[in-house]
Amino acid sequence: MFDWTTMGVVFALIGAVLAALMGGIGSAIGVGMTGQAAAGVVTEDPSKFGKVLILQLLPGTQGIYGLLIGFVTLTQIGILGGDANMTLAKGLLYFAACLPMAIVGMVSAKWQAKAAVSSISLVAKKPDQFGKSMIFPAMVETYAVLALLISILAITSIGSLQV
Amino acid sequence: MKEEYIYAVARVRSKELGLFSRQDVDQLMACKTYDECLKTLNDKGWGTGESGASAEAILAAEEEKTWAFIHELTDDLTPFQVLLYPTDYNNLKAAIKAVVTGVEPHQVFLPGGAVDVELMLRCVREGDFSELPEAMAQAADSAYHTLLETQDGQLCDVILDRACLVDLLECGRSSGNDILKNYAELIVATANIKVAVRACKTGKSRAFLESALAPCASLDVVSLAGAACKSLEDLFAYLSSTAYGEAGDKLKESYSAFEKWCDDRVMDLVKEQKMNPFTVGPLFAFVIARRNEMSTVRIILSGKLNQLDDGMVRERLREMYV
Repeated sequence: MFDWTTMGVVFALIGAVLAALMGGIGSAIGVGMTGQAAAGVVTEDPSKFGKVLILQLLPGTQGIYGLLIGFVTLTQIGILGGDANMTLAKGLLYFAACLPMAIVGMVSAKWQAKAAVSSISLVAKKPDQFGKSMIFPAMVETYAVLALLISILAITSIGSLQV
Repeated sequence: MKEEYIYAVARVRSKELGLFSRQDVDQLMACKTYDECLKTLNDKGWGTGESGASAEAILAAEEEKTWAFIHELTDDLTPFQVLLYPTDYNNLKAAIKAVVTGVEPHQVFLPGGAVDVELMLRCVREGDFSELPEAMAQAADSAYHTLLETQDGQLCDVILDRACLVDLLECGRSSGNDILKNYAELIVATANIKVAVRACKTGKSRAFLESALAPCASLDVVSLAGAACKSLEDLFAYLSSTAYGEAGDKLKESYSAFEKWCDDRVMDLVKEQKMNPFTVGPLFAFVIARRNEMSTVRIILSGKLNQLDDGMVRERLREMYV
């Protein structure tokens, strides 16, 4: 008979993996899109390399946040040293705690990339508007940061719960 | 996939900085002579850099540069077919007439079409059009036999012009891209208006009009033909009941005012692409903007060459993209 109560750590690990995986996928797509736009601008005007590089990197942060959540989760659940035994309920809680970063990370990276591509077009035509062009994709970052916060708060608090 | 054009659009955005603005046009207008205008164009990097090049050589070089740039950006020229069809059909007309009349074609073909001119000539000489695109082949066959049987060059032109418009419209509709679809619709509708006005002024029959007009969504060609058969006033009255009411007002003013209005409508349509960073639209808009720029330069050069009054030239100048 299969014992579900031993599956806690499995769900926790799936959560950690999803946070890193989905954030990474979103960022890879996003940085790829912005990279194409940046290369287009630099082909015509190499002097804009520095400006478009910063814009290209903006959708890359979700991948870092996902990695951070994955790392913190692995530490909390005892896979990176310690005791990896936990109840099913706790494992599911870790899984749920990782979801904000996993889902928001992937979706926001793609949308931030679209905003960044538009901003690269803006810089191509009006390099003096670089400061403003940074703000538009940076707004999308807000939601990735909020997801990161809620995931971190949840993950670090689950350990003390008696479930 | 629309993301395919991200790199291309970014390059286009950078290139747009080099497009003529109203200030550049004013600078050209301020030139005292035709030669000074050519020199200014040379200074702005127009032409091949060869000093003493003629205006036609400069403009041809610019057209070539534009297409070379587009070729660099994409291998798929399908979205640009709507711009290439008029050139192809013009070359087809020239090929058919040259073969039927037995005249050796000399400087009658326009460069930059999608179909090779030598292929067209071979197809017409052999009377076998199967190697041409399907719709073009049917029209070529019909125009070729009509010209052979009737020796009526105008009838041949009408068949091919209509086929060009039908092809253009179909190409726009099947592209799945709004800018191409709306551009094709606008071009076909304005071409229909031009045909109707000319036919009305020259007293052509209703049968002629119905064979020359290409059906489109924004104009009812049966009503247009009916109005054109009656009088110009009826034609303007019909136009005022459509989305092209302003065209009637411009036609009352002058034919050149109407032509400027047509070009400005195209410019209004493509200007929306300035806010689009992803699709083929900005590439298409760039080609239109370059053509508009060349058309404006041609008007200015022609004005300078013929020493026309600046005011007369200015009222013909098109709206610029940037």
